[in-house]
Amino acid sequence: MSTTVNAVTCPVCGCLCDDIELTIENGVIAKVKNGCAMCESKFLSYKNEHRNKTPLVRKEGKLVPVSYDEAIHKAAEILANANYPILYGWSSTDCEAQRVGVELAEEVGGVLDNTAVVCHGPSILSVQEVGIPTCTLGQIRHRADLVIYWGCDPWSAHPRHLERYTTFTEGRFEGSEWKEYMNKVKASAGKKKLLSLERREIVKRKPEPIIEKVTVNKPPETLSKAGRKLIVIDVRKTMTAEVADYFIQVQPGKDYELMLAIRALVKDHELDVDQVAGVPVEYLEELVDAMVNCEFGVIFFGMGLTQSAGKFRNVDVAISLIRDLNRRTKFAILPMRGHFNVTGANTVSTWQSGYPYSVDFSLGYPRYNPGETSVVDVLLRKESDAALIVASDPASNFPRKAVEHLVANPLIVIDPHMNATALLGDVVFPAAIVGIEKAGTAYRMDHVPLPLKKVVEPPEGILSDEEILSRILEEVRVIKSQKMQEAA
Amino acid sequence: MELLIKNGFVFDPINGINGEKMDIAVRNGKIVESVNDRRAKKIDATGLTVMPGGVDIHCHIAGAEVNTGRLMRPEDHIKDTERKTTLTRSGVGYSIPSTFTTGYRYSRMGYTSLMNPSMPPLEAKHTHEELNDTPMLDKASYPLLGDWWFVLEYLQKGDLTECARYVAWMMGTTKGYAIKIVNPGGLESWGFGRNVHTIDDKVPNFDITPREIMCGLAKVNKMLNLPHTIHLHTNNLGLPGNYATTLDTMRALESVATDGKPVAHITHLQFSSFAGDDWGSMRSGAEEVAKYINAHSHITCDMGQVIFTDTTTMTADGPFEYTLYQLSGHKWVNSDVETETSGGIIPFHYKRNNAVNATQWSIALELALMIEDPWKIYLTTDHPNGGPFTAYPKIIGWLISRKARMATLKKCHKKAQKKSLLPTLKRELSLYDIAIVTRAGQAKALGLKDKGHLGVGADADIAIYNVNPETIDIARKYKTVRRAFGNAAYTIKDGKVVVKDGEIVQHVDGRTIWLDVQTAEQVKVDEEMRRRFREYWTVEYENYPVTNHYLKISDPRTIKADV
Ligand code: SF4
Ligand SMILES: [Zn+2]
Repeated sequence: MSTTVNAVTCPVCGCLCDDIELTIENGVIAKVKNGCAMCESKFLSYKNEHRNKTPLVRKEGKLVPVSYDEAIHKAAEILANANYPILYGWSSTDCEAQRVGVELAEEVGGVLDNTAVVCHGPSILSVQEVGIPTCTLGQIRHRADLVIYWGCDPWSAHPRHLERYTTFTEGRFEGSEWKEYMNKVKASAGKKKLLSLERREIVKRKPEPIIEKVTVNKPPETLSKAGRKLIVIDVRKTMTAEVADYFIQVQPGKDYELMLAIRALVKDHELDVDQVAGVPVEYLEELVDAMVNCEFGVIFFGMGLTQSAGKFRNVDVAISLIRDLNRRTKFAILPMRGHFNVTGANTVSTWQSGYPYSVDFSLGYPRYNPGETSVVDVLLRKESDAALIVASDPASNFPRKAVEHLVANPLIVIDPHMNATALLGDVVFPAAIVGIEKAGTAYRMDHVPLPLKKVVEPPEGILSDEEILSRILEEVRVIKSQKMQEAA
Repeated sequence: MELLIKNGFVFDPINGINGEKMDIAVRNGKIVESVNDRRAKKIDATGLTVMPGGVDIHCHIAGAEVNTGRLMRPEDHIKDTERKTTLTRSGVGYSIPSTFTTGYRYSRMGYTSLMNPSMPPLEAKHTHEELNDTPMLDKASYPLLGDWWFVLEYLQKGDLTECARYVAWMMGTTKGYAIKIVNPGGLESWGFGRNVHTIDDKVPNFDITPREIMCGLAKVNKMLNLPHTIHLHTNNLGLPGNYATTLDTMRALESVATDGKPVAHITHLQFSSFAGDDWGSMRSGAEEVAKYINAHSHITCDMGQVIFTDTTTMTADGPFEYTLYQLSGHKWVNSDVETETSGGIIPFHYKRNNAVNATQWSIALELALMIEDPWKIYLTTDHPNGGPFTAYPKIIGWLISRKARMATLKKCHKKAQKKSLLPTLKRELSLYDIAIVTRAGQAKALGLKDKGHLGVGADADIAIYNVNPETIDIARKYKTVRRAFGNAAYTIKDGKVVVKDGEIVQHVDGRTIWLDVQTAEQVKVDEEMRRRFREYWTVEYENYPVTNHYLKISDPRTIKADV
């Protein structure tokens, strides 16, 4: 028996494309329409991946299968007895689970943190410093005639970003540049490349090397044309850079300088130097002309800005630049959020606690001081005495010293897959895959909430993050009240 | 569950009860004629003031914008924290409290129902998710419809019927309660960084004016028989000289008013009642505005009182927030929403010794005192725009006591003092008037028949305050009244005692009220609609509606439309 499900939201990246069409055959996803390669691979491989089918608890050094009841009790005991547990992850699960997560963190007096702390944390700090002029992605589709990607490569990391929201979309006031672009490619590239583009495959290739000495070309005439223009600013020539009208290869670590120079030019200041960050000032002047003269411009920025030298200083000046540009025309700026629901994690945490991440509940009320209350810092100071990790794999991306402390203490992991962190865990829960086996809600990178669908059943007996967390919370309360009674 | 509130001084203006000593009986969450005197739980309200639970017609408490305000202002929260207790969740204030704290703080003041006035339809799920986490209160939201492309297009074509059908569809789709219009035409213009400046300016790219949008939607509102009127934030809000625009707006709406009933609610009227040509000459336009409202019956309004404190301004009026940004240079959020609306946020500190701020403070009080009929103007701060809702007791103090407001005025900027009309205004509101401006009037304007009064059949939402009108002169003892209204002796929600002596004693979840508007013919959801959807928005038709999943306790009100 085969059925199709329409308007499925893709639980992979922050684009949260919600037009995916799935064909289900005998309870299994057989076909994926409209998605990019990342999307297809998630929907088609979920069932093949190695998944453990029962909760595991470490006994005498070995992870052994146990019942959910036993694992939940064990996890609750760990959290209820901990003085300063950390509860980390959250960006790849739904808001429904995140809500329970905040409540659990509050109940056990722990530190609640999400993966924003290692990607767009600096962007949030900047918003708290200077605010952010922004908009939903549809505004860009309808109105933007100038799109700038800075320090990000949507072609590889958010493959449908251009075709759904920016350069290659048809809006009310701005058209798509797809045909133009295809003509350009036809003229320059082989048929094979063209076909692969049409199928929107990700062309696997080695990343271009970062070169210290770069030459930047003169801006093309087309930068002053009507219609949408695409500019890419990055340290390496990415796939997105290849399709851009204009690419500026910035010297590594020089984003900040370049942005300051652009900002000065936007304010009509004269620059005393001939070039900035390897870019001749006269080119920059042309670039700034294009920015000031557009009807609606936007800068998307990625980890190239937030995780390179300067971090939140970079984002600060980027946002300040957009503030200045708004005195001349309409301009917006958006971070390219990676995980499909990292935005939701910040959103839920904020409405419940007032703070988007790194929230410390150990004093009984929410406290926020990134750099002190962020999990990596807590781990590096060796202060935590237990951890709960949900839908994330810090063991493979945190600093080594932090991981050492993480695994030195009781570690609970909830994840559909046996990732590196799970292998090191003391209590490990398999979970249903959110957006495939569990319905819920996620927030797109521009804060638009979208429903996630349940399209197939999870493996028999497997619970969702939300259910597991709710049961742990309940059990923690039972244990705590028992302890209180004993004490009395 | 039966409850008997004995012997309090009851103020129930909808039923004409003015401080009479009487008992209020409650059964199963409703007010009833009587209960079994032996079985019922009793509250001795001797010497206390009993009122219906407070109703707030306009407060920004949930949704994308409020939450971005929270996110951008850790400095707002850091000194104002709420500890977790065995009954309550933890949280933070101050001007944009976290959701649980919002619920508890309102409840402690005796409030039981709130209207969240600014919901971008595309982000309506977010609003409702937050409302689910805002306990103690019944809630409803107004979807922003004044610059929605569907509305602009149908009104431009003159097709009111089709416009009405889509508005009806939108109420059900967003689980909304009233038509919200903000700076009509200005928000679409703001999409390209522009604005409209009179009610007859053409909206760029559309063949329509603010006047046509407001009047069109006011007519649609009538055709649909919606319980509230259109809820309107005027053009040129927050700018010197805008009282003239406000008068133009009210005059334009006369054409829709045919039966003497209100057709529009002008919200946070203070922000729309500035006279003068620029910030230097800015002064109060309250007299002209009040005079007009006194002479007409088609307008209700709320104050939008300014409080001298640090707060956070947030509105769908993106261009207005941009003006504030230019004035203050402060951190600034702009957030435009495709096809529908815009938005902006700026932290703001209202200062006594700032002539403009002090004049704003005075204007709101002038309006509340000069508009003679308390059923026409209600107490709000446009929370958190004029100041946080926790300042309501202060405003009550100013309204009931000339002494209280003169004490504050004395500390204001000299120029503002000189120009203020307050010294000439002798009026002092009674507790009966306060019951109107904080609950009865608001419930009536909203068409919430089971709220804002204590008649048989009403929701048993009740506030009891430690004020004895027989023994104290409230105008002189305004500080006692202020304290009492800040910490209800009891708040009763759906017949349950939830607050006692200003402390939460029970955590309850409120309902989400929304309109199920039934039109004879409904919007057709066909391929054409889906295509249009894909063109206008970046989400699929199926994923747009707020489904029941997003309402913890759903309370739909069925409305029969005339179309
Ligand atoms: S762009 Fe991102 S959300 Fe869209 S289909 Fe690809 S992986 Fe999924
Ligand atoms: Zn408002």
